[in-house]
Amino acid sequence: MTQLPLRAQLAATLGRTAATLSRMTGRGDGSVIGGRVGLVLEPDLLRKLAKDRKLVLVSATNGKTTTTRLIVSALQELGDVASNAFGANMPAGHVSALAQDKHAPYAVLEVDEKYLPEVIDTTGAGVVVLMNLSRDQMDRAAEIWLLAQKWRRALAGKNTHVIANADDPLVAWGASTAQHVTWVSGGQRWREDSWCCPECGGPLDRKDNDWACRECAFRRPQPTWWLDEQNDLVIDPYGQRWPLHLQLPGRANASNAAMALATAALFGLAPSTALDRLRQVKSVAGRYTTVERDGRVIRLLLAKNPAGWLEAFDVLDPPPVPVILSVNAQGPDGRDTSWLWDVDYRVLRGRPVYVTGERRLDLALRLDVAQVPFQLAEHIGDAFAAVPPGKVDVIANYTAFQQIRAEFGRAV
Amino acid sequence: MPSDNALSIVWIYPDLLSTYGDQGNVLVLEERARRRGIPVQTVHVRSSDPVPEYGHIYLIGGGEDRPQILGAQRLKRDPGLRRALDRGAAMLAVCAGYQIMGSVFGGEEGQPVEGVGILDISSGRGQGRAVGELVAETAPELGVPTLTGFENHMGVTHLGPGVRPLSRTVVGTGNGDGTEGCYAGKVIGTYLHGPALARNPGLADLLLRWIVGPELPPIDDTWHERLRAERLAAVRP
Repeated sequence: MTQLPLRAQLAATLGRTAATLSRMTGRGDGSVIGGRVGLVLEPDLLRKLAKDRKLVLVSATNGKTTTTRLIVSALQELGDVASNAFGANMPAGHVSALAQDKHAPYAVLEVDEKYLPEVIDTTGAGVVVLMNLSRDQMDRAAEIWLLAQKWRRALAGKNTHVIANADDPLVAWGASTAQHVTWVSGGQRWREDSWCCPECGGPLDRKDNDWACRECAFRRPQPTWWLDEQNDLVIDPYGQRWPLHLQLPGRANASNAAMALATAALFGLAPSTALDRLRQVKSVAGRYTTVERDGRVIRLLLAKNPAGWLEAFDVLDPPPVPVILSVNAQGPDGRDTSWLWDVDYRVLRGRPVYVTGERRLDLALRLDVAQVPFQLAEHIGDAFAAVPPGKVDVIANYTAFQQIRAEFGRAV
Repeated sequence: MPSDNALSIVWIYPDLLSTYGDQGNVLVLEERARRRGIPVQTVHVRSSDPVPEYGHIYLIGGGEDRPQILGAQRLKRDPGLRRALDRGAAMLAVCAGYQIMGSVFGGEEGQPVEGVGILDISSGRGQGRAVGELVAETAPELGVPTLTGFENHMGVTHLGPGVRPLSRTVVGTGNGDGTEGCYAGKVIGTYLHGPALARNPGLADLLLRWIVGPELPPIDDTWHERLRAERLAAVRP
């Protein structure tokens, strides 16, 4: 990589120092504070750090961290890859990630959906990967149709190559102003935010993963990569079928892997080579990790919004394995718990359910109305103590998940 | 047409206006009727379909600016809802759905958009977004306990002489003039978004009483009450 200008070098160094202090004092993993310090000293730091690298940006409502991780593992076949592996997905996190790996020729950055236009503009990224858009933390997040519209503006007239999920109508609309798009049929489980045409508002007719507007010409672009969920394989543009056999569970991760394979191919990596690396990924920033405590084998699943809960239910061990649900409503979670009513909890009937977290009463009422029997636990530790030794799944939203990780000393 | 002895709940435009857990109102009403032995039929009416006129309780929810405008346009062309209300049906209209029921509301850029004209209200855009917990004392004649919920909107709503305030705000913004929501006949409008009935089962029972009669058997409200108590204690001054 070319030498950074002196001021940018200093900013990057001081940022790294702050990050180290943050980790040493146990205040965080250091991925945000370091970037903030750097950006204050040199506002142009992100552009300078991104320059002269092959940069991939990954954005979506769900699956950003995992897909980023999968693409990183594939591209490591080619050389060093800088990445914000811990999900610090705003510009400060990007600066911190790039500063820590100044000489890596590749970078894969997870980007918050709202910040994507700004980060595309600043970095001039060569590749952008877009998976899905659905309702998420509505008390503070932008409305998702507006978000897709901003993506359209950011991608129009640029040389960026987009890899997009054609099965999500809002993503297809958001990506379709780009000059170069690789369309992937990655599937769409959560459809409650895409019954209407993003282009004209008319009804969308849907059959399996295909969709078309009844009133205007907008329809699903023709994919060149296909995920075959049922057979757990990906079909490449040449019609070759690649069995996935990932260690990461669930259909959502199969879809993330399809996106990663299409991205890797853009860098000249054959699916066989990329898959070998994707299959080595076992857990991502604590997600899907299994930890043992007092004979309980605890698996941690993160679910931040209705679509995420649907994905988490998909990977639960079958009954009678108990499940612990933990919900908070702090700033990063969204202070409004209305979304609980968009999740269909009836699938949890027939297994022991424990409810905890700061907003456990919201969840308790939700389950009561859905006629899902449950027990209330004041603390997560009470829930662990109440379940019999053996397997237990935990689904938590963002800050609840971080609290549980902290409970295990961030060892996961 | 529903069978005579079943309560018919009609959810209007879940494809456009159900952004904030609005399904919760359907589920709470269904469950409160069922626990009292009242059979329920629920119809989800997509925006491409006509609104049936033989329902008992109509629900319409919240949504983003563009779906709100689309919803208003489609509902204005459809006589079903108005006919149902003329026949004595009840309605709960929430947030964007509440604004739609008036003569006018504010569009994406604040431009006036014509509403359905079922409630004597007019709405426009306020200065900032009202986001947060809301507490309001309900109009005494309704016999409904204090309202608790969450609001998330930019609307300011002016009540005309044809409606009465649903409540007076203690915490939060509501209509913007110290009142929150409104009612007229058996139609209720409110800014308490999403699952307003989950935290206000009294409001759900008011809708049910309007349809099935004044004597509703009591049911176990433990979880509703615990959640209400927690939320009210958390935000009351």
